[in-house]
Amino acid sequence: MTGQFRTAKGGRIDRAQKLLFSFDDVVYEGVQGDTLASALLANGVHLMGRSYKYHRPRGVLSAGSDEPNALVGLYRDKARYTPNLRAPCVELYNGLMADSQNRWPSLRWDIGIINDALSPLLPAGFYYKTFKWPAFAWKKYYEPFIRAAAGLGRSPTLADPDRYDNRWAHCDVLVVGSGPAGVSAALAAAESGARVILCDEQAELGGSLLSDVQANIDDQPAQAWLAGALATLARHPRVQLLPRTTAFGYFAHNMVGLSERITDHMAEPAAHLPRERLWQVRATEVVIAAGALERPLVFPHNDRPGVMLADSARTYVNRYGVKPGNLVVVATAHDSAYRAALDLHAAGVKIVTLADQRPSPSGPLIDAVRDAGIPLRVGTSVTGTGGGTRVRWVSLSSNGVSSEPVVCDTLLMSGGWTPSVHLFSQSRGRLRFDEALQAYVPGQSVERERSAGACRGVFGLAAALQDGAQAGAAAAKAAGYASARANPASAVGGEAGTGGWLGLVPGASPVKAFLDFQNDVTAKDIKLAVREGMRSIEHIKRYTTTGMATDQGKTSNMNALGVASGALDTPIPQVGHTTFRMPYTPVTFGAFAALSRDGLFDPARQTPMHDWAAENGAVFEDVGLWKRAHYFPKSSEDLHKAVDRECVAVRQSVGIFDASTLGKIEVVGPDAAEFMNRMYINAWTKLGVGKCRYGIMCREDGFVMDDGVVGRMAADRFHVTTTTGGAPRVLALMEDYLQTEWPDLDVWLTSTTEQWAVIAVQGPRARDVLAPLVEGIDISAKAFPHMSVAEGRIAGVPTRLFRVSFSGELGFEVNVPADYGRAVWEAIYASGQQYGITPYGTETMHVLRAEKGFIIVGQETDGTATPDDAGLTWAIGKAKKDFVGKRSLDRASMKGADRKQLVGLLTENPATVLEEGAQLVAGPKQPVPMTLLGHVTSSYHSANLGHSIALAMLSGGRARIGTSLFVPMPQGAIKVKIVDPVFYDREGARLDG
Amino acid sequence: MQNFSAFALLRRAFGGHSSWQPQWRTPEPKASYDAIIVGAGGHGLGTAYYLAKEHGMRNIAVIERGWLGGGNTGRNTTIIRSNYLFDESAALYDHSVKLWETLSEELNYNVMYSARGVMMLAHTIHDIQVFKRHVHANRANGVDNEWLTAEQAKEFCPPLNISPNLRYPVLGAALQRRGGTARHDAVAWGYARGADDMGVDIIQNCEVTGIRRDASGAVMGVDTAKGFIGAKKVGVVAAGHTSVVMAMAGMRLPLESFPLQALVSEPVKPVFPCVVMSNTVHAYISQSDKGEFVIGAGTDAFVSYSQRGGLHIPSHTLDAICELFPMFRRMRMLRNWGGIVDTTPDRSPIISKTPVPGLYVNCGWGTGGFKATPGSANVFAHTMARDEPHPINAPFTLERFRDGVMIDEAAAAAVAH
Ligand SMILES: Cc1cc2nc3c(=O)[nH]c(=O)nc-3n(C[C@H](O)[C@H](O)[C@H](O)COP(=O)(O)OP(=O)(O)OC[C@H]3O[C@@H](n4cnc5c(N)ncnc54)[C@H](O)[C@@H]3O)c2cc1C
Repeated sequence: MTGQFRTAKGGRIDRAQKLLFSFDDVVYEGVQGDTLASALLANGVHLMGRSYKYHRPRGVLSAGSDEPNALVGLYRDKARYTPNLRAPCVELYNGLMADSQNRWPSLRWDIGIINDALSPLLPAGFYYKTFKWPAFAWKKYYEPFIRAAAGLGRSPTLADPDRYDNRWAHCDVLVVGSGPAGVSAALAAAESGARVILCDEQAELGGSLLSDVQANIDDQPAQAWLAGALATLARHPRVQLLPRTTAFGYFAHNMVGLSERITDHMAEPAAHLPRERLWQVRATEVVIAAGALERPLVFPHNDRPGVMLADSARTYVNRYGVKPGNLVVVATAHDSAYRAALDLHAAGVKIVTLADQRPSPSGPLIDAVRDAGIPLRVGTSVTGTGGGTRVRWVSLSSNGVSSEPVVCDTLLMSGGWTPSVHLFSQSRGRLRFDEALQAYVPGQSVERERSAGACRGVFGLAAALQDGAQAGAAAAKAAGYASARANPASAVGGEAGTGGWLGLVPGASPVKAFLDFQNDVTAKDIKLAVREGMRSIEHIKRYTTTGMATDQGKTSNMNALGVASGALDTPIPQVGHTTFRMPYTPVTFGAFAALSRDGLFDPARQTPMHDWAAENGAVFEDVGLWKRAHYFPKSSEDLHKAVDRECVAVRQSVGIFDASTLGKIEVVGPDAAEFMNRMYINAWTKLGVGKCRYGIMCREDGFVMDDGVVGRMAADRFHVTTTTGGAPRVLALMEDYLQTEWPDLDVWLTSTTEQWAVIAVQGPRARDVLAPLVEGIDISAKAFPHMSVAEGRIAGVPTRLFRVSFSGELGFEVNVPADYGRAVWEAIYASGQQYGITPYGTETMHVLRAEKGFIIVGQETDGTATPDDAGLTWAIGKAKKDFVGKRSLDRASMKGADRKQLVGLLTENPATVLEEGAQLVAGPKQPVPMTLLGHVTSSYHSANLGHSIALAMLSGGRARIGTSLFVPMPQGAIKVKIVDPVFYDREGARLDG
Repeated sequence: MQNFSAFALLRRAFGGHSSWQPQWRTPEPKASYDAIIVGAGGHGLGTAYYLAKEHGMRNIAVIERGWLGGGNTGRNTTIIRSNYLFDESAALYDHSVKLWETLSEELNYNVMYSARGVMMLAHTIHDIQVFKRHVHANRANGVDNEWLTAEQAKEFCPPLNISPNLRYPVLGAALQRRGGTARHDAVAWGYARGADDMGVDIIQNCEVTGIRRDASGAVMGVDTAKGFIGAKKVGVVAAGHTSVVMAMAGMRLPLESFPLQALVSEPVKPVFPCVVMSNTVHAYISQSDKGEFVIGAGTDAFVSYSQRGGLHIPSHTLDAICELFPMFRRMRMLRNWGGIVDTTPDRSPIISKTPVPGLYVNCGWGTGGFKATPGSANVFAHTMARDEPHPINAPFTLERFRDGVMIDEAAAAAVAH
């Protein structure tokens, strides 16, 4: 098919460059510069979609992002399907494949139209009143039915292979919108030397100038002036021009979010290009020049395909060289539709009638229409349309008398203009209702921002040029460019005109008089909502869903407000308006996520020995951001086999473990010991240099927050370790106290987690393995007993060597500068070969410590355990006056005998391994809800002991040692014996090996 | 009250729906009431409803600063579940779920409670331990919650990506089948209509600006934008602004108010059958009956009363959504908004008498109180009517923060929503 509605010449298209595309599998021809909507119109296709609720056939209403009707799905390939795109915003490329939506089996014959016939039964909010009975049927029948009928397009079904990008930018002046006001603002700001970003959602910069073929600016045709202005801007080194870029959100402190579409208009996007880029621009000053949106007229069947906004039709003719029809009726309440009529007339379209509902319009445009011989009927409003899926006639009426139907194939309408105050409102500026304009316009600003041109109600070309230039100059000046001047261009033509109407057209019925086209909200629905007591505009919006469609009410909100104001008998400013929410137009999820995917979703922290572990077959687990070696399976071993082997190896000979992820904080200063005394429950004053202590830290509420071994390196220097996940929390808490509660203490805190690689060598042969490598430290049992720390060298590298053990065996933790971690690890590993040194992971570490009854903070404790609950009373520095959490621990509830306390559990069957998280009860047969006494916190098979072991937190646990309880499981209860939590080497003799 | 039913709809269709009456009145306040509720959110309106219905207190008013249901009730992602860890919480939230199950009939208003299942994803071994603890505790408490493998999770929610190559692979999930969603506005409107019908005055656009007390310290009434209104009992249910209102009675509460954000996508045909929550990567998602993906984001890191947070918060949530559901990357955000949530130190609510005679408070629902609306309202009405707590809310006192008897769901899992 070819475009029989294409004009012979004019427009910003290239008629020589033909493009083939398909819509619902029918192939059409368009040309370079078309949008999907203009190309379809050129082929005489108006029917482009179905509405959301009643499935009414719909044509394209507008030529921009305010389009509510013509939503399509775009199919590039299987994985690149995008639903709900607005046809006027889809740039045509060769091979484009588009589908209509929300219809079955086809756009023309859609079974969903049944809803339209049933519409008397489906008024606003009908679903609140029905589908309640019988109760089970909601989930089973009604809801699935409603869900299937709702929705618009289809979701993509495959992972999106495209890339998205992010960019952060600063500028002096950000100008949003590139119509006459925006371009003038950018010029004025740029001339002063300011850094300027000018963005516009459309494919070309120029806004309304792109559709203007009559006006002159600075004695040139408007579009020639535009080309010159854009070329000037492009030459400025400090100006960035961003077409296809929507300013979608206005955030605190002049941060504006931009969404730039990069490849969607290309037939074959280059692989290196991201599909979209999301910008976060921090602007010193912002100029909003977002223009205005034309309003539909509200009357019955105003939604029939072939009914369009007048100025959009003008855009199609002037910019895209497309005639919306051959026989056109124009209905208006505003002068601007006259300009559309004139331009269409000039392009050879027959204007059957121009009906103006105002009794006596006057002005140059009206005169021009009269002069052109276009039949004009004043005091005449449109009250209906006829036809099927295309307008065939319209009804007009004057003074309540309807004339006979006027035959046509297209109806253009204009209810006047609504300033685009979305971004201003998002910036939290207060809107003001302008009685003269009958529109909300920006009032008091709260950000460093100014609006210019139509978006603040300054209409007309000359006025917009001037307003923009002044705003641009003022913005640059405010940003520190004192020389900024406004030199506005002068214009002839493009007069503002007057008029406008809100709500139902005089004399029209509210039935099937659509306000929100996409959501099928009619004037009648608004009246019903008001009748039902919805008096707030927010209630009306939510009850009827007006303004909640994908266009967020761009064409409907003011009309809905007009109808509501009438129904409530309250002036519009008292009715108020709904909140404008970001984004201005929908923004792709992927653009927010951008590079934050796969490995970059969250940075993975790896230890210096990570690669060694990977090369040696380790399976990793995620702990916070860290990747930790979980276990080291040999050939076919599963977790349990590997862990059994690793556990035995450590207790019988020696194992090597990467403990680098432990948090490390260097606490230094004359008051370091005092600071430690206050932060930890332990006493530190008397800890000798070269000694270590197991420290426990509580929150202010007395519950255990973190633990770790602390070594005293010098009188004024502590090497503090924390849990892997707790490191940032602990440092933050320490800093918090230091800076806000105890600023008098002379202490510095430094995170050293990344600075040290930590290699734990544990087992009876640990000393034998290390001895040949250590210089400058006597590591004999006598000179370097358990809980010692010293500085020296290992394998030629400086070390802080700790003699500590989380396994219960003779153990060392070798700290070396991170860069040497792997080399030292390998040296130790080599030295250990003769003893069969075994690398082990976190699972074995967990089993070994559980055999010893050592807790893991976050596993045994859950933020509700006191030190005493965890069996750590011995650690509390009794003589200390205070420490964080001390006062809380004095409360009666913290001392109750029934508090949950750490105990061990043994099952009758040694092979039964309890499930972690399983509950403990006294009687297994009690009815639900049972009385829960506690839960299993850790549970393993212990290869060293030859039976399972478990730790639990149990109400009054210590007093229950020796008794039995039950673990209720779906398959039946398991009997357990309560025992002391230390299962292995209770005397601790092996530590001293 | 006009009955709502398919038949009524049919009958009135013939009259062009011109005979429907207001669902609630717009009364001027009387000089005094037996009780006043501050805040016409779901909890406040529900409280009035149950006071009238179950305790015969009909001379009462709900006073609302803006429009009823316009606070967090009308801003939340509507996730409903009761698989909380501690016995006290499980009892409270399950009381609520049981009321949800019959709420549409109770109110003669379709609140669209949809028990489509809430699935909480585990991404680390620690998550598994925590969720299994929930599963076991819930089973013993008679609350449904089951453990699924990653494959079973995918079967329940086909769009879910369970590739082991994810940065935080899905290791399994806890599923509560009775969990789901409901239509938030309908909850507020249904309670409002029911309460109004029993004589409750709902006074909108009327901010409470003071709480007056007599010489003995007991409550006398409230100062409002429409003047003083007397009442011997005042219940404050003002969500994110509760601390502000309670300060009018000289009380400081252990509350911090944060902006919490949510967003929806453009609507599409049904593809997402359930609710999925992941606390580890911060993603909360379901698909509304309208077809929009309803996505919960996190709170800002700082306290604020402004109903807006930073862009990085929803952005971070969309990172996670795109990871877990890479097929949704081309979907688009349609609308984003925020609400102010009031959080307590243990992330459990306060439903309690206060040291001020006649003053009651129901707050601290933080990021997850929508699900509790019927249950909370029900026990709070009991507390106000009898001046003593219902057994279910007896543990949720104000004093627990002083005494250290926390119900620490934060420590247990810290799951939002
Ligand atoms: C983005 C977001 C997502 C959420 N998602 C979930 C979820 O998935 N599941 C879930 O269970 N919960 C969720 N929540 C939490 C849930 O919304 C709230 O816990 C719950 O709705 C609180 O209800 P409410 O009636 O107490 O408060 P609100 O509905 O906020 O009502 C309080 C009312 O008090 C009024 N008020 C305040 N001050 C005054 C005054 N001085 N005078 C008069 N009136 C006053 C307010 O205007 C408001 O209407 C979410 C919250 C948010 C913000």
